[in-house]
Amino acid sequence: MKKVMTLLLMALMVTGLHAQTKSDLPSITLKNLKGKDVNIAKLNNGGKPIVITFWATWCGPCIKEHNALNDVYEDWKAETGVKIYSVSIDDSRSTAKVKPVVDGKGWGFEVLLDPNGDLKRAMNVSNPPHTFLIDGNGKIVYQHTGYFEGAEDDLYEEILKLAKKKK
Amino acid sequence: MRKNILVLLALALGFSFRASAQSFVEGGQVSGSFQTDAQYYMLDKGIGINDLNGKKLGLNGFGKVNYTNGDFSAGIRFEAFMPELNGFRSELNGVGLANFFATYDNGFIGMTVGDIYDQFGSGLVFRTYEEWSLGMDNALRGARVVLRPTQGVTLKGVYGRQRFFWAPYLERDMGSDDYRGIVRGVDAEWDLNQSISSLNDSEFKMSLGGSFVSKKQADQSSFYNIPENVGAAAARINLGYGNFAFSTEYAYKINDPSAINNFIYKEGRALMSSLSYSQQGFGAVLQVKRTDNMSFKSMYTGKQNDLDINFIPPINYTHTHSLPSMYTYSTQPNGEMAAQLQVNYTIPKGTALGGKYGTKLAFNMSQVNDIVRDSVRFGNEMGLNQAGTLGYTSKFFAVSDHRFFRDINFEVDKKISKDWHITAQYINLYYDIETIEGHAGAPVVKANIGFMDVTYKINKRQSLRLELQGLWENEVHKGYEYEESEKKDYQKRGDWAAALVEYSVNPHWSFSIADKWNYGNPVEEYRDHYFTGTVTYIHDATRVMLSAGRQSEGVVCVGGVCRTVPASSGVSLTVSTSF
Repeated sequence: MKKVMTLLLMALMVTGLHAQTKSDLPSITLKNLKGKDVNIAKLNNGGKPIVITFWATWCGPCIKEHNALNDVYEDWKAETGVKIYSVSIDDSRSTAKVKPVVDGKGWGFEVLLDPNGDLKRAMNVSNPPHTFLIDGNGKIVYQHTGYFEGAEDDLYEEILKLAKKKK
Repeated sequence: MRKNILVLLALALGFSFRASAQSFVEGGQVSGSFQTDAQYYMLDKGIGINDLNGKKLGLNGFGKVNYTNGDFSAGIRFEAFMPELNGFRSELNGVGLANFFATYDNGFIGMTVGDIYDQFGSGLVFRTYEEWSLGMDNALRGARVVLRPTQGVTLKGVYGRQRFFWAPYLERDMGSDDYRGIVRGVDAEWDLNQSISSLNDSEFKMSLGGSFVSKKQADQSSFYNIPENVGAAAARINLGYGNFAFSTEYAYKINDPSAINNFIYKEGRALMSSLSYSQQGFGAVLQVKRTDNMSFKSMYTGKQNDLDINFIPPINYTHTHSLPSMYTYSTQPNGEMAAQLQVNYTIPKGTALGGKYGTKLAFNMSQVNDIVRDSVRFGNEMGLNQAGTLGYTSKFFAVSDHRFFRDINFEVDKKISKDWHITAQYINLYYDIETIEGHAGAPVVKANIGFMDVTYKINKRQSLRLELQGLWENEVHKGYEYEESEKKDYQKRGDWAAALVEYSVNPHWSFSIADKWNYGNPVEEYRDHYFTGTVTYIHDATRVMLSAGRQSEGVVCVGGVCRTVPASSGVSLTVSTSF
């Protein structure tokens, strides 16, 4: 009897927990540049912050933002363990260009392809660049649209806040 | 004892049902976005706006709300065009609930009812999508099932009728004589690397896919015998080995007489391939495309982009600066031979040419020609593209001498120091304006274009950006006396200069002034200045942009965001936010 009760209680707790830890990220599967499926709701950086940034090969400010992020990415990783996912919303007219552009520009982010805008729509992105900061529980804690010179510094302050909270 | 357990179980089930009902409310996320683009139009005789046609204000707006809870998601989108901004289709005028959907997807099976956006392969036979800045939405209202029976295999089926502005989703919109068909499609994709465990981490990559789409539409023509079921099929393969990637898709469509192809009974074909090589610091991609009579609409009387079922991607460089983007190529639905080569290279840091930060180089060349068409026999006559006949025959690999478009460009992107950044591009353009924009008899645009974009970081918060552009057209008839009726074909022609200064204070403010000057227009009265001033305020995911002045058609990037705008004069306001 006790066992049954315990089991039931546990089941209830699990249901409760499940509700609490649900991520803000939609369950949409995109391909990375190696052709592997990546489910956005299951993105996991071991509790460390995640940045998701939307861009396109034809978007000038996005390229600037990516160049700027790439210049500081190694330092950011070393200091906070942040991981950057770069989501290309290029459609079939330019999807084939994404990998050569990413490699040619020497960017070190994990790049995901969203050729028909599924994730873009689900995350309510209207115009790229649009950047999200996600905490270790999958909650969106900060987002920003557009890019001005130096905007990466503000993003980094937000990342640092998260990294400190963790400690 | 047993009874007790049963009672307890029932209670527990009741509880967990309550818990899950509660978590359905509590655990769910609501997100959404709003955007309003409004413009107050003013008369401007200087650029030929002598009459507003009773339209002083245009407003495009949408609001969407999504609800997500685990495997379940749903959303609605409300749209308002009161009336639509200039440059958007007048059929958009109206207000209402434009889009709704509900999806359940547990990874094994996914079901969606409502308005569906999806794409099979590269979209050659099926793609529904929405592009707010263009007023384009061909969503399929109906149902979709996605099945993933084993790792690496995805099967999809869609069924429904497409959005046509605000027309009711009926076969016949009572307001017109147009008939809209039903679209049905299936697609299968098999990713060998994900489904065969020994290939999981292989250097060799392979995936295969195939689709079949058909439209069913009643024959309402009293003159032609229109096929009521038109099928299209496509097959695709993606291969990769190490740093190489190759992908190709071939599509075939049975005869589909329509207003676009002048009611010929010819089958359609398309082939699109790309080959790329890339490694850290270097990337190259070659794309080729052949399309022949591949316009595929769920309404055979449709024009322009009405009710497109498929998407024929233009393969050329997308320019975003105002002068090069004035002459943007658009796909010719009846046939194209196209090729594009793009190379990106970063000169490494610490070398003589790379400097401290490395130097990024890019080269792109794209060209589009017509296909070759040969006459066919009907009855005792020979004819080319005559309505009611087989139209023409076309050799698959033959390229016509008729060139629609060519763009050769080279870009250097260099961070000079901590504070200075420069991007410069040279473009050589060939643009058959007669075919692409329908200006009969207007000479081809052959132009050299250059731009330079210099950013100076004043301090941690403030930066200054200067953009200089020039467009020089080689062969327009300067000094020629134009007939009044010919003049309109020479708007925007000839030489241009443009400059923009933007001052931004991170993270909120940006102020910019810009001028475009058509100083070398062959028609003297068109040698106009297009001045604009813009203020942008950004707070997190909210953006407010106010601008005043003249805008000529093209893509404008200010305040870090790009969108396309039509020609006008006046004051415009954009407010967008997402949550």
